[in-house]
Amino acid sequence: MKSSTLKHAFKSSVPVMFGYVPLGMAFGVLFQNLGFAWYLAAVMGIFVFAGAAQFMAVGLLAAHAGFLEVAVSTLVLNSRHMFFGISLLKRYRATGIKKLYMIFGLTDETYSLVTSTHPPAGEDDQNYYAALTAFNHSYWVVGCALGALLGASVEFDARGMDFALSALFMVLLIEQWKQIKNPIPFIIALACGLFSIWFFPEQMLLVAIGLSITVLFTAKSKIEMVK
Amino acid sequence: MTDTLYLFGVIVVMAVATFATRVFPFVALKGRGDHPTLDFLGRYMPPAVMTILVLYSLKSIELTNAPYGANELIALGITTAVHLWKGNSLLSIIAGTVFYMTALQQGLFL
Repeated sequence: MKSSTLKHAFKSSVPVMFGYVPLGMAFGVLFQNLGFAWYLAAVMGIFVFAGAAQFMAVGLLAAHAGFLEVAVSTLVLNSRHMFFGISLLKRYRATGIKKLYMIFGLTDETYSLVTSTHPPAGEDDQNYYAALTAFNHSYWVVGCALGALLGASVEFDARGMDFALSALFMVLLIEQWKQIKNPIPFIIALACGLFSIWFFPEQMLLVAIGLSITVLFTAKSKIEMVK
Repeated sequence: MTDTLYLFGVIVVMAVATFATRVFPFVALKGRGDHPTLDFLGRYMPPAVMTILVLYSLKSIELTNAPYGANELIALGITTAVHLWKGNSLLSIIAGTVFYMTALQQGLFL
C-alpha cells in the first residue's frame, strides 16, 4: 500500500478519532466497573467493533444474559448494517481477506467516509477504503482499552468531544449534496427520519433507513428525471 | 462457567452476529452488483443515510428544556458555515466540536 494512500486515509479519518476515542473510553469505564481485566475491553473492541452493541453488552453482561438473548439483541441492534452493504456491492471490489476485513469493519462512520470521500486520482480506492477501516478500528480499540485502564480517574474533561461524529455526518451530508445535487433523496430521508424519531425512537436508524429505501424505490422515476 | 469464560462466549456470539449483519448483502446479492436497481441504491442511499445519521445524532436533544438544543444546533450551524466557506472537512468539524465542548462544559446556554 502506498504511504500517500495511508496519509490520505488518516486525514479523512481524524474526525472519527475524536469521536471513537472518547466514546470507546466511555465504554471502557462502564466495562471495567463489571470487574473484568482492562485488556478484555480491548479484546471486545477488536472482535466486535460495534459501538452501540458494546454499550448494550454492558447491561447484558451485568445481567448474565444467555447467549441466545445476546445473539438476538445484537442482530436486532445491528440490522441496519444489512442496508449498508447493498449500496457498496460495486464499490467494494477488493477480494479475499482485505474485503472480509472491510466488511467486518463497516460501522456507520466507516460507511459514511467510504461513500462520501475519495482518494486522490491515481491511488487505489480499495486500499484507501481498507486503510480507513483500519484507522477507525484502531481508534475504537485504543478508546476501549484506555477507558478500562484509566477507569474513572481520567482528568481530561472530554465531555462533548464525541460531537465530532455529529459534525462529521453534517460535513459528509454537505459533500453528498455537492455530488448528488438532487433534493429528492434528502427530503425523503428527512421525512422518514422525523417519522421514525417520533414513532419508533428505539429503532430509529433501522426504521428510517428501511423506510427511506422503500420510498426511494417508489419515487425512482421522479428521482431519475432530475439530472 | 467462570466470568471470563462467559465473557469470551459473549464476545464470540456478538462478533459473529455483528459480522453476519454486515456481510449479509454481500453474500445474498453476490455477483449482482451491476443490476440497475443496485446502481440506483448505490447512488441515492448514501445521501439518505447521511441525512438520517445527522438526525440520529440530534435525537437526544431536548427541545422542551433549556438550552433547547441550542448547543447542538449552533455547533452544527458553525460546522456548516465553516464548511461552505472553506471546504476543509477537518477544520469544519474542529470548529463545531470546540464550540460544542466549550458551550457544554461552561454551560454557555444554561
